[in-house]
Amino acid sequence: MANRPQPRFPEPHTEPFWEGAQQGELRYQKCNDCDDVVFYPRHHCPACGCNNLDWHVSAGEGTVYTFSVVRQNRMPGFIDLGAYSVAYIDLDEGFRMMSSVVGVDNPTEDIHIGQRVRVEFEDQEEGDYPIPVFRPI
Amino acid sequence: MAQERAAAIVGIHEYPLRVAPGVSAMNVKVDSIRAALDDAGLKWSDIDAIYDAQDGEAGGGLQLAAYLGLRPTVLDTTQVGGSSYEFQAAHAMRDIAAGKCNVAVLSYGSTSASNRVAIGTGGRGGPATWATNMEAPFGATLIANYAMVKQRHQFEYGTTDEQFAGISVATRHHAMRNPEAVKAMTDLQFVGVNEITPQDVLDSRIVADPLHLLECCMISDGGGALIIASADVARDCKKPPVWLIGGGEGTKYRENGGDITTSAGAQSGPIAFAEAGVTPDEIDIAMIYDSFTITVAVCLEDLGFCPKGEVGAYVEGGRLAFDSGEGPALNTDGGGLSSNHPGMRGIFLLLESARQLRGESTSQVPDAQLAVAHGNGGLLGGTHTGGTVILAKD
Repeated sequence: MANRPQPRFPEPHTEPFWEGAQQGELRYQKCNDCDDVVFYPRHHCPACGCNNLDWHVSAGEGTVYTFSVVRQNRMPGFIDLGAYSVAYIDLDEGFRMMSSVVGVDNPTEDIHIGQRVRVEFEDQEEGDYPIPVFRPI
Repeated sequence: MAQERAAAIVGIHEYPLRVAPGVSAMNVKVDSIRAALDDAGLKWSDIDAIYDAQDGEAGGGLQLAAYLGLRPTVLDTTQVGGSSYEFQAAHAMRDIAAGKCNVAVLSYGSTSASNRVAIGTGGRGGPATWATNMEAPFGATLIANYAMVKQRHQFEYGTTDEQFAGISVATRHHAMRNPEAVKAMTDLQFVGVNEITPQDVLDSRIVADPLHLLECCMISDGGGALIIASADVARDCKKPPVWLIGGGEGTKYRENGGDITTSAGAQSGPIAFAEAGVTPDEIDIAMIYDSFTITVAVCLEDLGFCPKGEVGAYVEGGRLAFDSGEGPALNTDGGGLSSNHPGMRGIFLLLESARQLRGESTSQVPDAQLAVAHGNGGLLGGTHTGGTVILAKD
């Protein structure tokens, strides 16, 4: 079972996102004034500066924008993981998030830019928050 | 050229050691400041402005003035990672032109190697923020962040590993001519302290796909200092002044739908070149922050040396070597890839620019007239800043 670092609280911007993860929802914000998609979570819209934002739930599908396969990481939780991927995923609703593409035999060979992926919430050995990662569709 | 020549680098010093156990970062800063003043022919009490990136054991800035025993009338604590020194040089140029100060000091000291700081592969500490809570669970090392930029550049433009490797080959060529860089690679136990080929780079292990070990900068101790002075002061200094003729600042960060292969240099570069009244094709010396090969590649494009996506063809054939006859000469001190990288390399870009424009480099380009120093601070594939400074020979 994975043992990734957990989000830490209190941290008011990202709390609703991680509450969503506990419910199996990939949440993002949209500006009610200018329609901009806002991600990472914030208390204002970076496009127009207003604070009229609402939370929405993503369908959880997107494409790999870019990725790397990490061969060396001295951080606890990753030292023993072997080679693993880090990726930016472009969700269909128009937001880009950092995540990891999982469920492939060889991350170097089996992950590619433009690949379609779907979110899943990975339970962790320790901590209350499952981590949203992506698996090729 | 109609550019203003109000401020100049008049004194420089680079701390010679890359492994300096038992020495504090503050020692490195102070020793370097004293040596840079000597180089200029100025004295301790001449300093009336401090620019500091808040490094060193005392925390820098406010603490540095107390430690040095100075009462500067300008105190600038701009901290934008490795680009801090390009931002500060531009600020000093502006402050001197406005008559706020006459003798400015910039300094840096770090003991990253002796302290075994895993800059590229360790985690980042600090309190939880709106950004760290969205990224820490995924284990993106600093190197992986830059690797994602290279991956996308290769996908979009077909840039090859061999082309990227050419950047490492050029900087190593320069490092082998610089005794301090040779000592650095020896002290840091590089596997081969010698010239390298593109194949050597490709044969080195992958740290984070698609970045090979020889595409990554080293982790060293080190530091340095430089003195920037007004035209009046510069006239009476020991060495010919190296004029600061243009400065630009930029920021870039992860955005929905954004282009990860374009850096903050696309914002800072044109501002600096416009102020200087020169164009990239006139530049003899390109001191560009080589944290990784991809950093140089992207910044060469963004500064206007070649169009976006064409850096592979641009660097092919070895034009970046100081003796290629083509130019611009890249990182003629050996760069972060092969001379030093204590964490924030921006000051060394200015120091080697000054050496070239004085005729003092170990890989001297004959009659070099113009240099660009471009620092990149933060994460190339995430939030970062770009600081561009254009320098001219007297």
